[in-house]
Amino acid sequence: MGFLEYAPAPESRSILQLKDSYGLFINGDFVEGRGGAFDTISPADESRIAAISIGSDEDIDSAVAAARHAHTKVWSKMSGRDRGKYLFRIARLVQERARELAVAESLDNGKPIRESRDVDVPLVAAWFFYYAGWADKLDYAGLGANPRSLGVAGQVIPWNFPLLMLAWKVAPALAAGNTVVLKPAETTSLTALIFAEILQQADLPAGVVNIVTGAGATGASLVRHDDVNKVAFTGSTGVGREIARAVAGTGKSLTLELGGKAANIVFDDAPIDQAVEGIVNGIFFNQGHVCCAGSRLLIQESIHDEVIDRLKTRLSTLRLGDPLDKNTDIGAINSAEQLARIQELSRIGEAEGAERWTAECEIPENGFWFAPTIFTGVETSHRIAREEVFGPVLSVLTFRTPDEAVAKANNTPYGLSAGIWSDKGSRILAVADRLRAGVVWANTFNRFDPSSPFGGYKESGYGREGGAQGLTAYLKGASA
Amino acid sequence: MKGGEVTTVESTNVAEGSAVTAALGGNPDNETLRRFLHGLPGVDAVGLEQRSAALSTRSIKTSSKAWALDKIISLIDLTTLEGADTPGKIRSLVTKAAHPDAADPACPQVAAVCVYGDMVPDAIAALGSRHGDPDDGLISVAAVATAFPSGRSSLAIKLADTREAVAAGADEIDMVIDRGAFLAGNYAKVYEEIVLVKQACARPDGSSASLKVILETGELKTYDNIKRASWLAILAGGDFIKTSTGKVQPAATLPVTLLMLEVVRDWFRDTGERIGVKPAGGIRTSKDAVKYLVHVVETVGEDWLQPHLFRFGASSLLNDVLLQRQKLTTGRYSGPDYVTID
Amino acid sequence: MSARLTVPKTYKLAIGGAFPRSESGRTYEVRSPKGEFLANAAKASRKDARDAVVAARAAQPKWAGATAYNRGQVLYRVAEVLEGRRAQFVDEIVAQQGVSAAAAGAQVDAAIDLWIWYAGWCDKYAQVAGNLNPVAGAYFNISTPEPTGVVAIVAPQSDSLLGLVSAIAPALVSGNTVVAIASEPFPLSAISFAEVLATSDVPGGVVNVLTGAPAEMAPWLADHSDVNAIDLAGAGDIDWVDLQVRAAETLKRVIEPGEILASPQRIAAFTEIKTVWHPKSMA
Repeated sequence: MGFLEYAPAPESRSILQLKDSYGLFINGDFVEGRGGAFDTISPADESRIAAISIGSDEDIDSAVAAARHAHTKVWSKMSGRDRGKYLFRIARLVQERARELAVAESLDNGKPIRESRDVDVPLVAAWFFYYAGWADKLDYAGLGANPRSLGVAGQVIPWNFPLLMLAWKVAPALAAGNTVVLKPAETTSLTALIFAEILQQADLPAGVVNIVTGAGATGASLVRHDDVNKVAFTGSTGVGREIARAVAGTGKSLTLELGGKAANIVFDDAPIDQAVEGIVNGIFFNQGHVCCAGSRLLIQESIHDEVIDRLKTRLSTLRLGDPLDKNTDIGAINSAEQLARIQELSRIGEAEGAERWTAECEIPENGFWFAPTIFTGVETSHRIAREEVFGPVLSVLTFRTPDEAVAKANNTPYGLSAGIWSDKGSRILAVADRLRAGVVWANTFNRFDPSSPFGGYKESGYGREGGAQGLTAYLKGASA
Repeated sequence: MKGGEVTTVESTNVAEGSAVTAALGGNPDNETLRRFLHGLPGVDAVGLEQRSAALSTRSIKTSSKAWALDKIISLIDLTTLEGADTPGKIRSLVTKAAHPDAADPACPQVAAVCVYGDMVPDAIAALGSRHGDPDDGLISVAAVATAFPSGRSSLAIKLADTREAVAAGADEIDMVIDRGAFLAGNYAKVYEEIVLVKQACARPDGSSASLKVILETGELKTYDNIKRASWLAILAGGDFIKTSTGKVQPAATLPVTLLMLEVVRDWFRDTGERIGVKPAGGIRTSKDAVKYLVHVVETVGEDWLQPHLFRFGASSLLNDVLLQRQKLTTGRYSGPDYVTID
Repeated sequence: MSARLTVPKTYKLAIGGAFPRSESGRTYEVRSPKGEFLANAAKASRKDARDAVVAARAAQPKWAGATAYNRGQVLYRVAEVLEGRRAQFVDEIVAQQGVSAAAAGAQVDAAIDLWIWYAGWCDKYAQVAGNLNPVAGAYFNISTPEPTGVVAIVAPQSDSLLGLVSAIAPALVSGNTVVAIASEPFPLSAISFAEVLATSDVPGGVVNVLTGAPAEMAPWLADHSDVNAIDLAGAGDIDWVDLQVRAAETLKRVIEPGEILASPQRIAAFTEIKTVWHPKSMA
């Protein structure tokens, strides 16, 4: 008996009390959707979890009407202090039900419980705590005295961090005095619906937050709705583009948090073991389903072989498997569709002549899985160096000088995030200045905090989430 | 360093084309050592501590836990390093080392007992036929030496301290480095002392006591220093690198141990030679000890979990492991009255 | 004795620090409100717009890389030169817009004062819009506004100088470079203003001014992949929704048509918040 293959340590599912089917959360109650229903499955074994309603155009109408009514009659009139208290309540309830939310998230999304438990859910609570305190301090948000809410916010969120993205959207919107209609991603609605139960426990006034599940059509109906004042979207650049077109000329405020192809730059004086960890965390965190993932590794040519060697050794210790096992590092790919895309781009990478290396992992029989993969010998013109894979696939390029590193890093239509690894402070600061990316992690990667603004340059979208900047995205100045 | 002292080192230790001269690009002196040690990649403290924290979240259950608890016992240097140590105390320690759980004959014995040099004869006498290599199912005797714990004494005394312990039958010598010299940048002095202590570990029959080099990481303070000191100790011929004397706080920590394991891993990658690691001091619970095992396994591999490559320097740890072990066997939580106090 | 024969000015485009004619060779007549011929203005083409974007992109890194203090001084110098040419601008505004000399003078004064106001923001804006963020962890975390890049501007059409200045100045503060389409009926002040820029210390390419039909050029700028933001302040009378739809293809930042208020929010519209993390430790 060895030690390396740790005995299974599954997190208990007994904490979850799931319903067989979920309705839409509109005006404080669960109601049946008028667009039919679908089964949400666990991507780890393709087993059915529950039936989820599909919101129709009429359902969106009802939800927006409920949000409008709540905004006009209740939420915009409520004192900032009381709005803040509701948000504090929500934060506490999230903490109290943290384990349940983590289990639900890992079950529905496929991400390792280690991450949902230690990253996603704690950040969700932190986000509500942070913005709760802002609710009665809006005069200090940077827009002058007496800023006003925008009205009804239509929010569409992705499947990679389902509950966390909900928090990123809902917390600042409510703090600023807006009401919300939120459309979760089709494959990951579960935690949003448990969150709706939390809102009931918090006694949040009806209609302040409405959650309408469904697929793309439901989201499209929401962002196009005439009575929505603000649209916030996190997801692919393709859909972001469509939304930007749809919103054109409507006067709606819009923030978009879209794709990325982040460069993670490793200089020859990097703290090497931490850099390797940062590379791993950068691209294999959440199976690489991260818009800010460090998917393009730029290594100074002089240390390329050594870094790759260390990286491969490190990757061979990653554990792929049951998301609910506490020792799992790499969970399931969220959907068959996403898996197919990752496989397709990996095939293209090989066809283009990059060298593929895949960690030896036992792949479970059912479910959607993709073993951590590195492509070396990638050139800037390869598709895997340009397109977002959104999976555990790392493209490795080299550079010779800091100027070349910056040039290659910026050579993308995206601009969400970037990484720098070096022991030399002046170089870190100069490179950080020149990188066209909204978040730059120096000697770390994939860190998030509610006080820290997050968002992209160029085709990675516009607006910021987090910090005071994330709050002003839901406000207008008194004079405006 | 002045010429005369360095000559000793060159002539007795460093062979042409050895791994040491290859690494240093010349014979070890302050210049080559500084160039080498300061050329090592830096350590980012926050990243190191995060990696360690992540490893510490591994959940060890059922069969893995049972295996881990027995493994921990078999890797312990059961230690007493008190001014008040007596032959009786040593006999008690040795008995506990050989039969950790009086109620369970199947309980493994520890790897070694660790005592002051002057207590070595008492330990050997108490062990009797059980004295020997842990690989052979026996128990070694480790002696701290070189003016432990401060190391503030003359070289001659440190060497005499070592020779006496070896002559008395110590299988392993736990020496301390000269932290003052290290912090003053006098790497050659630290290096030379280790080399000479290593020589003093030699026995007349040509064999040698195993040398553990205590860095006293709690006094070196920074991870960069600890990394450099680890390399220095290995270059100088240490068989083991050990965190602490146990007399300085903080003693062993998980991030420090992780860092030392990374150095050992890199040395193995470069030379094919395996160096041991011994965290010592402050490890009191099974839960903590299991985290150390996880750090070892995921950094250098399971091969390292054997007495010649990994040890815990500990005293109270053993009883906590025994309590956990009894819980696994009986299914009930045990209590302090069900393990022997020493 | 006959009056001296005057020397009329040729109004050309301002691209990359030079004053070329439109590559198309086209011009259009600029007339006073009473219909008197004032001058021929260059009628810029899509290729001129393209050249202007190239010039703006080339100038952008250096302009953004200058110290904020330096950008502030350069912009202040513009106001000094503008003040010295006050009479010329008053005359041009009177001629184009048909307003009184007093009204024209007030417009020039307002433009100069507004310009100084923005010049002073250069080395303060980052302090107001940036933050040191108290993240929960051992990290130094700082957010700072940076220029978006190349900004295309459809300047307000209703006046000749103040509208242009109020649109251009906030974009320049943080280090953007600009391609501005001047007021179609009142283009002359815009070109004279470009001459002011050229004779002060503003590097070539930082401000590029096109004259002609916004409806013709703006779609090319809205489509252009190397334009990062588009200010439609003066596009209210053309199909600006189409421009916004086009701008969506590369996710340009868009400001919809409307009145331009002098505000740090206007500077913010052409900036990107960049957040940098670094670990902190004594060990």
